[in-house]
Amino acid sequence: MFVWKRLLGTLPSLAGVIVVTFLLSHALPGDPAAYFAGPAANAASIAEVRNKLGLDQSLPVQFLHYLADLAHGNLGNSLTTGQPVLTDLIQRLPASLELTMFALIFAVTVAIPMGVWAATRPGSLIDHACRATVSAAAAFPTFFVGLLLVYVFYFLLGLAPEPVGRLNEVLYSAPPHITGAYTIDSLLAGDWQVFRASLAQLILPSISLGLFALAPIARITRAAMLQALGSDFTRTARASGLPARKVLVTYAFRNALLPLSSVLGMVFSFLLGANVLIEQVYGWQGVGSYAVSAVLASDYAAVQGFVLMMAVLYILLNLLVDLLGTLIDPRVRFEA
Amino acid sequence: MSATTLARNVGHAFGQNRLTLVAVAILLLLLLCAAFGQQIAPYDPLMTNGGAKLLAPDAAHLFGTDALGRDILSRVIVAARLDLGMAISAVVLSFLGGLALGAVAGYFGGWSDRIIGRGMDTIMAFPLFVLAMGIVAALGNSVLNIIIATMIINLPFYCRFARGEVNVRREMGYVEAARMGGNRSLPVLVHHIIPNILPPMMVQASLNMGWAILNAAGLSFIGLGVRPPTPEWGIMVSEGASFIISGEWWTFVFPGAALVLAVFCFNLLGDGMRDLLDPRQRI
Amino acid sequence: MTAQLLIEDLSLVFRTRHGMVRALEDVSLSVERGEIVGVVGESGSGKSVMAYAVMGLQDPASQVLGGRIMFGGLDMLRASEAALAEMRGRELAMIFQSPRTALNPIRKVGRQIADILRQHTTSRRGDLRKHAIDALARVRIPDPARRCEAYPFELSGGMCQRVMIAMALACSPSLLIADEPTTGLDVTTQAVIMDLIREMSRDARMSTLLITHDLGLAGEYCDRIAVMHAGHVVEVAPIEELLSRPAHPYTRQLLAATPTSRSTVEELVSIPGQLPDLRRELPACRFSERCERHVGTCDERPLPWTKLSPTHMVRCRVPL
Repeated sequence: MFVWKRLLGTLPSLAGVIVVTFLLSHALPGDPAAYFAGPAANAASIAEVRNKLGLDQSLPVQFLHYLADLAHGNLGNSLTTGQPVLTDLIQRLPASLELTMFALIFAVTVAIPMGVWAATRPGSLIDHACRATVSAAAAFPTFFVGLLLVYVFYFLLGLAPEPVGRLNEVLYSAPPHITGAYTIDSLLAGDWQVFRASLAQLILPSISLGLFALAPIARITRAAMLQALGSDFTRTARASGLPARKVLVTYAFRNALLPLSSVLGMVFSFLLGANVLIEQVYGWQGVGSYAVSAVLASDYAAVQGFVLMMAVLYILLNLLVDLLGTLIDPRVRFEA
Repeated sequence: MSATTLARNVGHAFGQNRLTLVAVAILLLLLLCAAFGQQIAPYDPLMTNGGAKLLAPDAAHLFGTDALGRDILSRVIVAARLDLGMAISAVVLSFLGGLALGAVAGYFGGWSDRIIGRGMDTIMAFPLFVLAMGIVAALGNSVLNIIIATMIINLPFYCRFARGEVNVRREMGYVEAARMGGNRSLPVLVHHIIPNILPPMMVQASLNMGWAILNAAGLSFIGLGVRPPTPEWGIMVSEGASFIISGEWWTFVFPGAALVLAVFCFNLLGDGMRDLLDPRQRI
Repeated sequence: MTAQLLIEDLSLVFRTRHGMVRALEDVSLSVERGEIVGVVGESGSGKSVMAYAVMGLQDPASQVLGGRIMFGGLDMLRASEAALAEMRGRELAMIFQSPRTALNPIRKVGRQIADILRQHTTSRRGDLRKHAIDALARVRIPDPARRCEAYPFELSGGMCQRVMIAMALACSPSLLIADEPTTGLDVTTQAVIMDLIREMSRDARMSTLLITHDLGLAGEYCDRIAVMHAGHVVEVAPIEELLSRPAHPYTRQLLAATPTSRSTVEELVSIPGQLPDLRRELPACRFSERCERHVGTCDERPLPWTKLSPTHMVRCRVPL
């Protein structure tokens, strides 16, 4: 079936990602064993690690071991937590996903209407103002935006809760774990207070993260809408007397979605990366902050596990966007 | 395009777009800070002063002082060298690398195109900032490795662009003429095609500079590469972050603003250059 | 006066960065009930601009300087957008060239027809698909029920044009404007499409305004022809009269330039000169610079209509 074909299409990327992460951890100048053993190791423990991880064997053999380990879900152990890296990552992933999801929802909910509106009034003052603000927003480093928002809304205005992460553990306790997302889990548990608290904690970080994504989304939406509104089929729709609303939504906007889905790939790349920065600013207990402490502590296995997981997630997200694109554009289905 | 026509076009475009001129002026100012920071700065950026900790901006310290009593204005000025230096180095390297790889792939096609394409696709399969983190973690925590990591993640951008441009020009008349004139492939590529694609690539480079700055600053914000007490905008923001909740905003706002200024001006410059070269491309 | 459509002294300009383009000047034309009127001219003569003006779909950068367009008791130039939208698709329909791009590429053809039916008729939701299939059947599309579920890219150019015609005729309009409906189609399909249009017009006693640059095509299918040049209507006459006794020098040159099946390459003539630049001040007769019969009075305003017969009018001081 068509979906299978698309899935198979991701295999080269997956292969490339696995090879690169292997090379990054096993094929670099210096002694990989020393990296895995940690900065506090001595010669004896390094030799032990080298033996245990099979790092004294040839590179192709090591690669086969690496593949076998991956197949068993073995990403090594973290030096700092002592736990298997995979366990750490899975434990922390829902926090990052929840944050990224909200950021995406924010970016899309603001940017798409803005782009559509700007396209229906090209050259107007509002159009220029939107483009200017969007350009300016794109120049702000995400971590700086995060800090500014905390300063203004928490310190100055007192509107936002203290940026201590997902939930103020002093006042609230986390809901029973079902999905890992506090907002969903608290709703499922019927705990309205925790839901509101976790939502409140999410607002500022989501906005900080999503702000940078506003620019490309709004820009592409505007360009795509302008093109759709000026196209032959829109003219036909108008000539047929269809109401303005229908022309805008069913004819123009749906066609504008096609280029939009291609820019989403770039947006996801940014979101998954900038996630790390925002988690630092807000003390978010997700995979991003885990990775940062791992890098600083030279916790090698943890960092590479993080990189691998993020890459796989990115590939899957792109696949999802791709499949959604085929729902919108029937022409793609027939190309197969 | 002859030199006089180009000069006239540049003058015309910049005259039309005063914003671009302002951006160029600010960038020159920043480059000045990068080059002569130590001389311009009012204080020694590394000199600590226990008695002047966390002073709000005033006449003596325009940007205030930080937790160790160092003058923030001086640190911001001197930091320009590292921030701009890292970004410019990375962009130059990935520009040259991407140009070479892309030109080869676009011109010769075949298996060189496939291999290079596969390589670039593999880089692009990662969320780029994450890959940069992984590379720095693997190579070691230093400024050089930040530059290398930023260069690597930027490579596909230039490579694809160069490949596309070379592909388009490969079939054009003047290339055919050069080939028929008896020139072998590589000289044709180097002497005829590459000079032609340099202008649009320069536009891409200036649009890309802002992104390179943000990437490098992001890496240093999380503690990679640059170590205290080295002044660098990203790490200064990170150091100032702990003081938000006590209200000493100047410790993070000014270095952050410097970042915004630099990125914004490079973006404006890029837009201005794109308008100059091909106004039709403007969305 | 029982004219279905009456265009009177329409003048229209475009405001562009490079100046004001005087796209139409004092254009007058009428279409009677049930007749097929062809509008013929080179590209840039203003044929399509006039058509869009009738539909009320002028470019936002354009400005009407004067004149009126009477249709269904409404002045299409001064009516409200709501009133115009009410007319479009229902009383007044238009089909375009390049039919495949003129259809929504990601929407099934049947749904597009249904959209129009839903807007202008009181059909129930459940009946819409059936009516759409009927519309397709009326334009002789084979297997209409299956074609209803097709996307435009799955259909040939000729089929797409039939779909457009089906869409246009779905609500039985009293006027159909066909803007170069056969350009881009192969010759056999051209004939088929034109035959279809003519048959539909006759059956429904629908008036048709056929816009084309192909004088041969117009000659075969139209009752009357209006010749346009550089934003002016220069001659209007019944088809036989126009072809045998053209009165305007431009019309004569146009006829001479139209290759017939018997002409040879050596015999091909072209009209000297080019279309005048519509951005500058122009003389009263815009053909005068290319005309061999040009005399001094040709540049004097106003340029009058000469009535050679009750049905044959020409705008020239020195008609043939």
